[in-house]
Amino acid sequence: MILSIYNFTLLTDKIHSFLSAHMSEEFVLTTELVLIGLLIVTFVAVLAMVLIYTERKVAAYMQLREGPNRVGIYGTGQVVADVLKLVLKEGITPNGADKLMFNLAPYIVLSTCIMALAPIAFGNGLVLWDLNIGVLYITSITSLGVIGILIAGWSSNNKYSMLGAMRSGAQIVSYELSAGLCIISIVVLAGSMQMSEIVNSQADGWWIFKGHLPVIVAFIIFIIAATAELNRAPFDLAEAESELTAGFHTEYSGMKFAMFFLAEYINMFVLCAMAATLFLGGWMPFHIGHWTTFNNVMDYIPSPLWFLGKTFFIIFIIMWFRWTFPRLRVDQLLDLEWKYLLPISMINLLMIALMNILGWHF
Amino acid sequence: MIASVFYFLSFVSIFFAVMVVVSKNPVHSVLYLILTFFSIAGHYLLLNAQFLALVHIVVYAGAIMVLFLFVIMLLNLNAATEPVKSSLMKFAGAIAGGSLMLVLIAVLSKINSIQPAHEVNTQIGLIKNLGKILFTEYNLPFEVASILFLVAMIGTVILAKKNPHTS
Repeated sequence: MILSIYNFTLLTDKIHSFLSAHMSEEFVLTTELVLIGLLIVTFVAVLAMVLIYTERKVAAYMQLREGPNRVGIYGTGQVVADVLKLVLKEGITPNGADKLMFNLAPYIVLSTCIMALAPIAFGNGLVLWDLNIGVLYITSITSLGVIGILIAGWSSNNKYSMLGAMRSGAQIVSYELSAGLCIISIVVLAGSMQMSEIVNSQADGWWIFKGHLPVIVAFIIFIIAATAELNRAPFDLAEAESELTAGFHTEYSGMKFAMFFLAEYINMFVLCAMAATLFLGGWMPFHIGHWTTFNNVMDYIPSPLWFLGKTFFIIFIIMWFRWTFPRLRVDQLLDLEWKYLLPISMINLLMIALMNILGWHF
Repeated sequence: MIASVFYFLSFVSIFFAVMVVVSKNPVHSVLYLILTFFSIAGHYLLLNAQFLALVHIVVYAGAIMVLFLFVIMLLNLNAATEPVKSSLMKFAGAIAGGSLMLVLIAVLSKINSIQPAHEVNTQIGLIKNLGKILFTEYNLPFEVASILFLVAMIGTVILAKKNPHTS
């Protein structure tokens, strides 16, 4: 069914046995950790560049513009140039700011995002830490980013930053609830919190196809809640330019600002990867019933490509939101969560539990 | 290996716990408290209780501490608004705290003679075993606790609702 040529456990086992043959146990662990660290740093840097370029191009085409097209081929060098500019800029700490907290906040935000990458299954057997509560791990670690944002807003000693941080905090804390309920509904269906188990449970069809209407509703609510958790338009009240200059990162400049920016994009990737894993089958190829030839052709596409394709599809939807809906007011934002999304997702969870008990899904 | 990790985590958690009390700025105190919770979550991980560790992080560091930060940031506490306490109060506080510490040390000095009541099961912290026990052996306390949460939720909604007679 799933071709073994794309099974990465063979590759990782080979690397592990090669290292074990040459070094002692502690050294193997250290080397593997260093290797993983290098891989993650490279991945994060490349990912951020690709996402920033995609975002600018998508925005441009939706507004009938060309977007970046001067530096490099089709403007691909623009992101590198921008990063270089940010690195070379001076990082200013305002006089009234709490120095330690002000400089610590970007690192807190960034490190929580990167930590959340650990249990994500990038491909068949390509997962850093397949712990038995992977889904819970991601939700709990991403929820810590809020602390970094609050510190950033408070330590800047600026009213706009403070207001932005407060708005962002209230928003993330409230939208986490419905996102969590949507995640739980898939955990109920898959019967496990382990990422690899959830992916394996979708070998005979993705949950969005197997789970009828309730799972589709859960998927839509999860996408809305994820957009809100990312503080992206139409939920970008935390950095509403017209009222708060730039929200919680008003006072940040240079590389410290770039870290917030980077964190936002990694967070976007993590949440979209989560949506792809839970609802669209992670790295599982697309299969249609008994079309054996079609299914075999689909199997030949490597699993990381499937995973990244689905993730980028959801990222595209979230970017699409940004240029489709106008920004919400604070009361509308809270009404949407507490009066509509939360009750709907609670009832939806009950429906899914009922469906699972009676075995109505495929 | 495990012992050294345990000593490191214990040192870190005690150090940050002391910093919570010592630091002058309330926001710094809250942040040190978050770090303390993190190191305690590390202790849970050492006990192979990954689920408890994550729940500890999400509930305490994630939810309760964010609430604390909100309140403290909105109150805008600083040195000027801090109430001045008389030296008599400080003296009484020091004596009361010191005696409590004496009692605690006296109790904790006998801790070596305490044996665990049950056979230690290293797999108990995993989510499957924990869920099974919660829904069989401890079903009644679990349900009572969930009713308590439901009451709290409904209570907040009622408090937040405007009274139609006054508005």
